[in-house]
Amino acid sequence: MTAFRQHARFRLLAPVVALLVLAGLGVGYSVHAAKREAVPAVHGEPIDTARPGQLLFRNTAPGAGHGNIAAVPADTAGAPRTVSGLGCERFYSAAGTGVCLVTSTGAVPRTYALIVDRQLREVRRVKLSGIPNRARVSPSGRMVSWTVFVQGDSYNTGGFSTWTGILDTRTGYAVLNIEDIPLFIDGRRYRASDVNFWGVTFAADDNRFYATVTTKGKTYLVQGDYGKWEAHTLRENAECPSLSPDGTRVVFKKRVYSDAARPWRLHVLDLATMLETPLAETASIDDQAAWFDEHTVMYARSRGKGGSDVWAVPSDGTGQPRELIVDAASPSR
Amino acid sequence: MYISASSSTSAADGAPGLRPGRRAGLLRTVPANVVALGAVSMVTDVSSEMVSAVLPLYLVLQLGLSPLAFGMFDSLYSGATVLVRLVGGHLADRRQRRKLVAGIGYGLSAVCKLGLLAAGSSVGALGAVVAADRAGKGLRTAPRDALISLSTPPQALGLAFGVHRAMDTVGAFIGPLAAFAVLAATGTAYDAVFVVSFCVAALGVVLLVSLVRDRQDPPPDRREPALRAAFGLLRAAAFRRTCVLTAALGLVTVSDSFIYLLLQRRLGIAPEYFPLLPLGTTGAYLLLAVPLGRMADRTGRFRMFLGGHVALLGAYAMLLGPAGGLFVLIPALLLHGVFYAATDGVLMAAAGPMLPAGLRTSGMALLQTGQAGARVVSSIILGAAWTAWGPRTGLAVMATGLAVCLLVARFGFPTDDARTDDTDSSGGTEAPDDRAPGTASPNARAYDEETIA
Repeated sequence: MTAFRQHARFRLLAPVVALLVLAGLGVGYSVHAAKREAVPAVHGEPIDTARPGQLLFRNTAPGAGHGNIAAVPADTAGAPRTVSGLGCERFYSAAGTGVCLVTSTGAVPRTYALIVDRQLREVRRVKLSGIPNRARVSPSGRMVSWTVFVQGDSYNTGGFSTWTGILDTRTGYAVLNIEDIPLFIDGRRYRASDVNFWGVTFAADDNRFYATVTTKGKTYLVQGDYGKWEAHTLRENAECPSLSPDGTRVVFKKRVYSDAARPWRLHVLDLATMLETPLAETASIDDQAAWFDEHTVMYARSRGKGGSDVWAVPSDGTGQPRELIVDAASPSR
Repeated sequence: MYISASSSTSAADGAPGLRPGRRAGLLRTVPANVVALGAVSMVTDVSSEMVSAVLPLYLVLQLGLSPLAFGMFDSLYSGATVLVRLVGGHLADRRQRRKLVAGIGYGLSAVCKLGLLAAGSSVGALGAVVAADRAGKGLRTAPRDALISLSTPPQALGLAFGVHRAMDTVGAFIGPLAAFAVLAATGTAYDAVFVVSFCVAALGVVLLVSLVRDRQDPPPDRREPALRAAFGLLRAAAFRRTCVLTAALGLVTVSDSFIYLLLQRRLGIAPEYFPLLPLGTTGAYLLLAVPLGRMADRTGRFRMFLGGHVALLGAYAMLLGPAGGLFVLIPALLLHGVFYAATDGVLMAAAGPMLPAGLRTSGMALLQTGQAGARVVSSIILGAAWTAWGPRTGLAVMATGLAVCLLVARFGFPTDDARTDDTDSSGGTEAPDDRAPGTASPNARAYDEETIA
């Protein structure tokens, strides 16, 4: 009977004691983590994104202003950065229009595409769902596009789903998922429904665009027509295209390495000849590159420990990659 | 939880010392051990859903891994459980230590939450941790379900599993909310989510150790080599048919994510609401698990199991039909929830009495493995059909298959087999020729009446 009582007491006491100890541990660690994460609120410095001669990027340096949009002079990219008060997961800016993909952690996590003006003030907010992936603005600043990865779509299938949207800032019309666009593969209308689009880049006419489409395990480079609302494949194995300022070439990532987690090498495709050139950057790059100038592309290169830096490499396959901005991602001019 | 702590004897048959009316209605008939296991599962589900909710965000936004990487994680998830489940079931029976094996499973998953911190940004290490976490889940499921069924009188099995699954689902509801609350409170410190998740999981292990009682049955014939005893269970006609039918139905069961994706496309649901769709299914499951489990005890568990698949067929029909808007959304999610409430726990309740106590864990592991394996194959078939013919035709193929399976089950299975679990017959209802070899001695009780060991 004594044994019974002791046993019963253990059965009662153990969970209570465990609850107190574990709750203490959990709360204690969270408080510690919150203190660590609590950075002094950055006094957002003003940035004019339409001012020429600067590089805009997402600041990933630890401390105050982590994740905020920052600027450096393009000719002295190592100079101290001007850090704004706008935080984004992905960012791109052209002609004074910026797109900023953010996730907020509330009771239910939310993802937004914020359209910002040249002072980085929010002018419109598009509600999305998923993990921010790509963001781009057409050279004129009119057409905005983005890609998010959707969670929960792919459980058990080993793949993933993307939702790519396009917003015409002049008309205000937004397509939240462009995958219903009529698609032609090698000239033939294609109707399978496992298509996913990502990585849109618009031409100067605000109508022609390029993007990646995947279906049946293959990726294609497509050329789209926004007005006619159709897309045609140009070639296989080309992801995240980015159109050069003169509109004649795209830089893209091509699967060339066997390592499933790091398969991509940056290439440049001449749209007139359809000839591709591998770039001197041999590290696997998982980014939609941007053009530093007519002869140089820039991109975020992962440091492998969660951080990244922005690097630049000549677009003709010559030269060597060079580090442009430390602790940075999402570069644009 | 006070119930399980205060009463250590089975409540079902009015154990001495338990005054009737002291417990609220339903719980009076649910054994304390089942409520304790439900509490363990609830707490553990809070912990694991916390991690699932933030893992993709953590991998992509914090570690900067390609989403490709979490595609690889997904395949690991499903692959890791299969073998472990069978081996765990066998070990639990061999030594008659179900609580120990389940505890190792719960403990392994708890430690894995800290492993996520230790793994840093190495894809290989993260993959290993996720696989180990899943292995822990595979290890604990069958011994836990065996304990539930061994702790419950045969006529109340459906109710007991319903209560357990409902408690489990409460955890699934709380988990993501808790995770995002921690993220919001700490300024997006993912490591804090993992540590809190570990603490919650550790509490689950403590609850298991202190509140759940194991039971000893005569171990199965030790001369039988390793897994043969488990597969020997298939020689019993009723259990064999159950396994075959469960696997066949698993082949035509469409994965949840596919249902939500189709709903989203079909109804043009705004992306921002997409993450809320699973809440519809879970909500219906949560509310209906207990009533349908109890109804299964009265009307026949096998019938309820098949009825649940009829509800699934109804959900397919909603997705294929011409209607739109809320007239599709609400019934489809409701039917999907009914499907889970009428099949998940009910199947274990139906299978329990077919399995001798000494081999019950192995038998349940076998049944669950067959079902899980069939669902993986189903994803592959559906993926191929989707690619070849499009999602609607793919779903129509699955719906046709499901209808055929149900017709075969309805007319191809002798009613008395389907009714082996009926309420009016108690205890060992198996016909002598259906009894598995190496079965427990005839006077071994089918449920737990033991006193404190």
